[in-house]
Amino acid sequence: MSGLSTPTTIPLPRIRPWLLLVPFLLLIAYLTLMDEGAVSQAGSYLHELMHDGRHLLGVPCH
Amino acid sequence: MVRTLLVRGLLVGLLAGLAAGGFAFFFGEPHVEAAIALEEAAAADEAAHAHGTHDAAGAHGHGEEALVSRGGQKAGLFLATGLFGLSTGGIFALVYAALRGRVGPRGDGALALAAAGAAVVAIVLVPFVKYPANPPAVGDPETISVRTVLYLLMVVVGLAAAGVAVATARTVTAGPWERWIAAGVAFLVPVVAAWLLLPAVNEVPKDFPATLLWEFRVSSLGTQVVFWTVFGVLFGLLSDRAAGRRAAAAPTGTMLG
Repeated sequence: MSGLSTPTTIPLPRIRPWLLLVPFLLLIAYLTLMDEGAVSQAGSYLHELMHDGRHLLGVPCH
Repeated sequence: MVRTLLVRGLLVGLLAGLAAGGFAFFFGEPHVEAAIALEEAAAADEAAHAHGTHDAAGAHGHGEEALVSRGGQKAGLFLATGLFGLSTGGIFALVYAALRGRVGPRGDGALALAAAGAAVVAIVLVPFVKYPANPPAVGDPETISVRTVLYLLMVVVGLAAAGVAVATARTVTAGPWERWIAAGVAFLVPVVAAWLLLPAVNEVPKDFPATLLWEFRVSSLGTQVVFWTVFGVLFGLLSDRAAGRRAAAAPTGTMLG
């Protein structure tokens, strides 16, 4: 990496392996913002725990 | 490099999420409390009318026998905004890694600010105009799945429109204003079409106080704006600092190479 011309382009093949994390990150977002028990199998526990955050982050809650 | 950006995105996201949680705690929670009080009063009223079903009052879980107490839910607010920040920050970092040097401003900090600004418009404002946030006591639980899908659809439209706008602007070789106009049109056409075509949702009870609804919605918007502002500024600051360090280290690097 030359470092002198500030934003050096990162070759896409070097980004690709990290994309495997995206489904995992989306799962965290889903469990936090939307799960009603179907995925977490925790009944409405996540809904109740994240309740105020869901409302204030603007996501439909109930 | 990608790893550094990803770690930065996750940590800055977590931090910005907690900051947004702090804003929401002081500016949003009073409205959530007020709405829950109305909800419980309505439920108690209903139970009093329908004799024999007195347990209906706490049925939704906001009552005293709730699965998570109100104190727990207020702590859960920080957990929710923190986890939202973590996941959003991670995804932002990967998008940033791909954009860097290819699309948008040349400077590392400027790109972070521009991308965070675009995110506010695409995934906060675009959905909010069509499907604004609702406090407790607003919304029919029966329609939650439909409303969630519509909301996500609006987020996807916002992101896609932002992508189309950037791609369109890059094809315009005339002056900067022609590029901005092309970007604006390419962004607004799909967004306005979605606003017009997607079904409207209005489940606000007839007697729900307008002021409370307004104040709740503004505080929800504020929470998200705080998140993206803190995130964009911190991510940009750290990226610029790292770029400065790399530039300072470069002469030694070239000598060694």
